[in-house]
Amino acid sequence: MKRLRFFLPLLIFLTILVLGYKGIGLEDRSVLPSPLVGKPFPEFSAPRLDDPALAVDRSALLGRPLLVSVWATWCPTCKAEHEFLEVLKAREGLEIVGIVYKDDPALAMQWLARFGDPYSFNLQDRDGRIGVELGVYGAPESFLLDAQGNIVYKRVGEVNQRIWRDELEPRLRQMGAGGS
Amino acid sequence: MTVELGHFAIILAFVMAIGMAVIGLFGRMRLFAGTVRTLPFLVAGQFVLTALAFAMLMLAFAEDDFSVLYVSQHSNSLLPFAYKLSAVWGGHEGSFLLWVLIMAVWMLAVTLRSRHLPPLFRQHVIGVMALMNTGFLAFLIFTSNPFTRAVPFVPSEGVDLNPLLQDFGLIVHPPMLYVGYVGFSVAFSFAIAALLSGRLDAAWARWSRPWTNVAWAFLTVGIALGSWWAYYELGWGGWWFWDPVENASFMPWIVGTALIHSLAATEKRGIFKSWTLLLAIAAFSLSLLGAFIVRSGVLTSVHAFAVDPERGTFILIFLVLVVGGSLTLYGIRAWQLGSRSAFSVLSRDAFILGNNILLVVSLAVVLLGTLAPLGYEAVTGDKLSVGKPYFNLFFVPLMLLLSLLLVFAPLVNWKRTDTSRIIQGLRWPFLLGGIVGLSMVFTFFDTLSWSRVAAWFAVIIAVLVTTGHVMDLVRRVKGGHTPSLAYAGMFIAHLGFAMSMVGVALTEELSSEKDLAMRPGDTVERSGRQIRFVSIEDVKGPNYTARAGHFVVTEDGREYVLWPEKRQYVSGGNLMTEAAIEWGFLRDLYISLGEPLGEPAGSEGWAVRVHIKPFVRWIWFGSIFMGLGGGLAVLDRRYRRVRERESRELLAGSMPAS
Repeated sequence: MKRLRFFLPLLIFLTILVLGYKGIGLEDRSVLPSPLVGKPFPEFSAPRLDDPALAVDRSALLGRPLLVSVWATWCPTCKAEHEFLEVLKAREGLEIVGIVYKDDPALAMQWLARFGDPYSFNLQDRDGRIGVELGVYGAPESFLLDAQGNIVYKRVGEVNQRIWRDELEPRLRQMGAGGS
Repeated sequence: MTVELGHFAIILAFVMAIGMAVIGLFGRMRLFAGTVRTLPFLVAGQFVLTALAFAMLMLAFAEDDFSVLYVSQHSNSLLPFAYKLSAVWGGHEGSFLLWVLIMAVWMLAVTLRSRHLPPLFRQHVIGVMALMNTGFLAFLIFTSNPFTRAVPFVPSEGVDLNPLLQDFGLIVHPPMLYVGYVGFSVAFSFAIAALLSGRLDAAWARWSRPWTNVAWAFLTVGIALGSWWAYYELGWGGWWFWDPVENASFMPWIVGTALIHSLAATEKRGIFKSWTLLLAIAAFSLSLLGAFIVRSGVLTSVHAFAVDPERGTFILIFLVLVVGGSLTLYGIRAWQLGSRSAFSVLSRDAFILGNNILLVVSLAVVLLGTLAPLGYEAVTGDKLSVGKPYFNLFFVPLMLLLSLLLVFAPLVNWKRTDTSRIIQGLRWPFLLGGIVGLSMVFTFFDTLSWSRVAAWFAVIIAVLVTTGHVMDLVRRVKGGHTPSLAYAGMFIAHLGFAMSMVGVALTEELSSEKDLAMRPGDTVERSGRQIRFVSIEDVKGPNYTARAGHFVVTEDGREYVLWPEKRQYVSGGNLMTEAAIEWGFLRDLYISLGEPLGEPAGSEGWAVRVHIKPFVRWIWFGSIFMGLGGGLAVLDRRYRRVRERESRELLAGSMPAS
């Protein structure tokens, strides 16, 4: 069956494809319901990015709705998202708190100096411990919190105009804040 | 109205592409009797419509029509006019329109220059190309439409083109690359047409070769331009980063290089037939894979792909259909081609085989290094970078071996070569290479490392290659042969390869870079050069303001001035580092201006980075020679003569042997 060996390239291609498919799994992970939605944001204590001596805990997130954004300088999607966060902050006046996830604080500071700083403040999560609490897959991920510190909505991946329009703004409006 | 006209034109082109695909592939059926004659007109029509669409988008940019979403996202009224035009392909949608335009140009070229081919073969080629273009156009129209209007909220000003792209290198880089990528669709279509007919002979290889060479030459120059751009624009002094975008263009290049060599063997000796077809399929498939990797968003993050999956899924399905379909056809038909031929170890046949094996292994290395991190991220969610150490570990030995084969290129004959001829031919090169190698030993090994040894070998092998090729040329001219253009092309391309290799080896080994804190008035010494930081000046560009460092360098009694800049673009507020480079054939001096230090900014001077990069230009010069060589070979009289003869035979009623 010498002829069959000409199917070898096809076989290799299909193998790569099946492995790739099983690996990536085209199901959209960003819509997996997070067990955290509807629950209070977990307790934590973490140093601030701009002043590591200053520890911040959950109480700093209470009192007004805000968006907690998990980001890192090693994450190119965060760069794309960053521009939109600036827009959100400027246009919608949405308060944004950043969690610098598994990253070097010095790099993160440089990033903010270079690309602008839409965050009210940033937390350091160097070893990714808060990330574990939050069930973070990777960066960027975002959590919309109400004034009581409950997670109203979780987003895996970039926050963009579409997410703002379809997901964030309606929820904020329900809470009676934000939106234009 | 103009963009609507463009939009309409591109939809018409799409309809025409569908028509051509059907007629080209099924034109023999009675249902389509008589339609085959329309093919050339459809090809011409498709070209005119696509060019019209492109011109309309360009017009929208020229007129600052920010009601067009794509224009408002990639232009700004302050943008210099030349960049407004080049901004047409500065983003995803527009660059894909350029891709489609280039495809239309290739189809037109193939149609015009293939009248000598057997009619059925020609129909199949056009049909396959039209089928590919149908996919591209569908992608453009349904997922990446550049003609969308931003209604009802028309922005009064555009976001501006990314400052990184406001540069000559990036104006010409994408078109060159696309001409290469898309050009491989010709070799691919020829391969599919051969599989459909189940016949493949020397004539087939001779038809394919010029097309493949041109595509390869453009790809070579395109990649070199990209590398050059990264070097002077990113401000890090690096020329290649093994980043997935670069690898995406490098993989088709590697296979393309293997393909142009195996095509030669197929033409001259009728060997490697099924292998050549496989390479032709692979070269185009990897071009598509490159487009998928770059366009789908999997690069920024596997998550980004899942987030906005429309485009990625489309290209992925297209990729699976094209690659899966053509490999299935290959499995069914390739065995019929048969190519049995004996050749000895010391033959050009064997060396081309060696070249192909090394290149395919190199491809596997790059493919694995590019896809593995994506796969890893998909499974674990963590970022993994294999990076430079991995690639160097495999690539350096592979390229040294490949270049070693190149030493024999002018010496070996097809089928078999006398050992004595090779020994005789290698005498002088080895003598000269030995002298160069020995004379370097004392100065070059100030540090001893594997990479140093590898660089040393690279220089010696480059000397062997150059001497061997030059001596062969001398021998031919003395023997009364006028070298053909095909020979000249090979000669130039091979020397270009050796030149690039020397550039890579010496730049990587001998470069020095130093980060300094300098105040205006300071002078530093770097390898015998006095670098004086005179002052910081404010500069105003058309759409940016900049702080420029005034540097005076004294070197070998000569003085020159360098102006590295730190630019801030007005519209986006983007900060850009514009390095200043003193060009040199043997070395570049490269200064980039970093951040102002201290509080207030600048009170403690400025961060200044000084690079000295020996032989870095050789990398790009060599690549340009490679591209030139590939292009020159196409002009060989042989192809023209054959075409004329075949047309005569065709007219006389006898089909050429195919």
